[in-house]
Amino acid sequence: MSDASDTPGVPEPPPEPEAPEAEPGSRIGIDSWVAEADQRRARGRGPLGLAAWGWESAPDSTKLLAFVAIAASLPFWLLKSEGDLFNFGLFTLIFVGLGLGLQVVVGLAGLLDLGYVAFYGIGAYAYALLSSGYYGHHWPAEATLPIAMGAAVIPAAILGFAARRLLGDYLAIVTLFFAQAFLVFTNVTNPTLFGKGITGGANGIPNLDPLTFFGYKLTSTKQLYFFTLGTVVVVAAAIYLANQSRIGRAWRASREDPLAAEVMSIPVNRLKILAFIFGSAVAGLLGAIYAAVSTAAVSTNFNIGVLIILYAIVILGGFGSIAGVFVGAIVINVSFEFLEPQTDYPSFKRWLFYGLIIFVIARLKPWYRAAVILAGTVGFGFAVHAVVAAMAGHAWTTGKPISGAGWLTHWVVIPRLNHGNFDNFLYIGLVLAVMLVASLKGWWRTIALAPTLYLTALVWENVLVTSPGVTALILFGVMLIVLMAIRPQGLLGTSRVEIV
Amino acid sequence: MTDVDGEQDAGNGAAPEPLLRLDAVDTFYGPIHILQGLNLEVGAGELVCLLGGNASGKSTTLKTVLGIVRPRNGSVSFEGEDITSRSTSYRIGKGMAIVPENRRLFGPMTVLENLEMGAYLHGGGAKEDFDRVYTLFPLLHERRKQLAGTMSGGEQQMVAMGRALMAKPKLLLMDEPSMGLAPILVERSFEIIKQVHESGVAMLVVEQNANVSLSIADRGYVLSTGRLVLEGPAAELREHEDLRKAYLGR
Repeated sequence: MSDASDTPGVPEPPPEPEAPEAEPGSRIGIDSWVAEADQRRARGRGPLGLAAWGWESAPDSTKLLAFVAIAASLPFWLLKSEGDLFNFGLFTLIFVGLGLGLQVVVGLAGLLDLGYVAFYGIGAYAYALLSSGYYGHHWPAEATLPIAMGAAVIPAAILGFAARRLLGDYLAIVTLFFAQAFLVFTNVTNPTLFGKGITGGANGIPNLDPLTFFGYKLTSTKQLYFFTLGTVVVVAAAIYLANQSRIGRAWRASREDPLAAEVMSIPVNRLKILAFIFGSAVAGLLGAIYAAVSTAAVSTNFNIGVLIILYAIVILGGFGSIAGVFVGAIVINVSFEFLEPQTDYPSFKRWLFYGLIIFVIARLKPWYRAAVILAGTVGFGFAVHAVVAAMAGHAWTTGKPISGAGWLTHWVVIPRLNHGNFDNFLYIGLVLAVMLVASLKGWWRTIALAPTLYLTALVWENVLVTSPGVTALILFGVMLIVLMAIRPQGLLGTSRVEIV
Repeated sequence: MTDVDGEQDAGNGAAPEPLLRLDAVDTFYGPIHILQGLNLEVGAGELVCLLGGNASGKSTTLKTVLGIVRPRNGSVSFEGEDITSRSTSYRIGKGMAIVPENRRLFGPMTVLENLEMGAYLHGGGAKEDFDRVYTLFPLLHERRKQLAGTMSGGEQQMVAMGRALMAKPKLLLMDEPSMGLAPILVERSFEIIKQVHESGVAMLVVEQNANVSLSIADRGYVLSTGRLVLEGPAAELREHEDLRKAYLGR
């Protein structure tokens, strides 16, 4: 942000002098069609169209205020229990903050930074070392949070300058290396300092202090939630202002066409390093908050898995979209929490799954095709169930679904015992069926869809529900692939319009 | 190859201190020798065109002038100052600007933002810079909120020129302004170039379209496989028999 200091606060609007009068006359050769592109954009019908129109016409500050209003009210109606507020509220906010920092690096400056989690981790360890009994420093948060940001910024600056000629794929490799080196350093190397391993090795550093500002301790989940909400809003506002400033426009210009930006005298590399540092500072801050919230700093929380989730958030929300990060984080974290093994909502998982399938079928056109598929899937299921029950015996069909829904036991085949490789055959069968459906056309595809959907249900009930960790990742993958196919720009990203 | 004096002033007498001067420049891409002993100059307020076929080294000449590639031998000087080892942004700060080949606008950004990027070095452009560009291209004011990528080819050419002019250049480099434009737009585009030139900006226009560019230029150079094969006043070049041969390459 340092370069923005010449234009503090509100971005300067470029001057707009009066237009010299355009001469009236022939309209031949005047591309009014292009000029009116905005007005010509078809507005969607129905409530969804109205919502989309409302969203697009609302000013950005209103959107942020609406989010804050809703988020601030959540602890009082939807997330009343401490556990819910912790899992759904607080962690979503932390993911929003992390996603915002990553959005600056990836979405605005276009740097493929795979070391982002390391800066997150550095922030967490900085907090752990300075605000815990580990070395006996119990520094207050108003000191440790800025130090955590600084601790993340310094290696980011060094890495950025060292790699300033290595933009693009090379930067991805260098930063990935940095992330791995950080993991090895914290987990294995763990050099001894003042008589102790500085990172606590695989056990990490436990028993951190709660966030304490000027003697005031944030201990309850609600307090932490509101503090994190405030932090996220400040970060979002800072990124928004930076993005609206000349720096932000130069970021976008260098992302679109680095060479053209360079010959416009935009210092492309310097701006990219600035974005890299800016993102790392946000990651460091969130790392410190995360450490305080989870009262420990453990290196496995900063591994590639977390990086993948963060990228999923940014991609899902849309590259370059700040609001998209909020949406992406909510979707990803909430669905992730529901799929957690120890979640309290087993039947919700089922509704999520079958609801999604029925939603997809219902969108098929014409309606009778959807009806045929639905009826076919249901009928196919009962038929298979009857055949298996008759031929293979009751042991194959009397397993209990996880949440014990009644009608399902007569429809899906769930073996009572673990039948060898049954699960694996289901997986392979499903992959083959999907490939078959993809290669078929017309009514053949419709006919093949029914058994495929049934197989999906079998896989879901037999495998995925019982091993939610795997399920979550598979679902992410499928979700991202589907999204990239139907909406490549992400949920809130703007599609690129180019006439070349 | 660095004997500077003597041969330079043979063909064109007048200008005492040219704005831009390339002296026996050798530029390489890796081991490939592209520009071979190139001598070229552009006087203040002059419109010079550089002709040549494909792969004759025209774009490399511009890249050498701007410092995107550095010559291995020879020197580039601007307003008498040797800028051979200076950075691109230094040269732009000294008063150069370029309209790149294929325009290379920032597609998802508005016309206004594109213009602003052109004046990045001058803090994003003062009001009079915008005024100057809008007076030249009233259409850009009309369309300032439109995304540059949604404009037609001719309009994009205006944005690209406007963006370059935002840097208040003394020397405007143009890389194939006629590329990808309908014939009527090529003429229109060259009218604009002439207009900009008449406002006092020196120009170096790289072109394949010899007829149109020579019709507005003061002087011309013809490149063929990295060497100058012809140079002289535009009027003379237009009469030259070998010109056709040269700019078609070979």
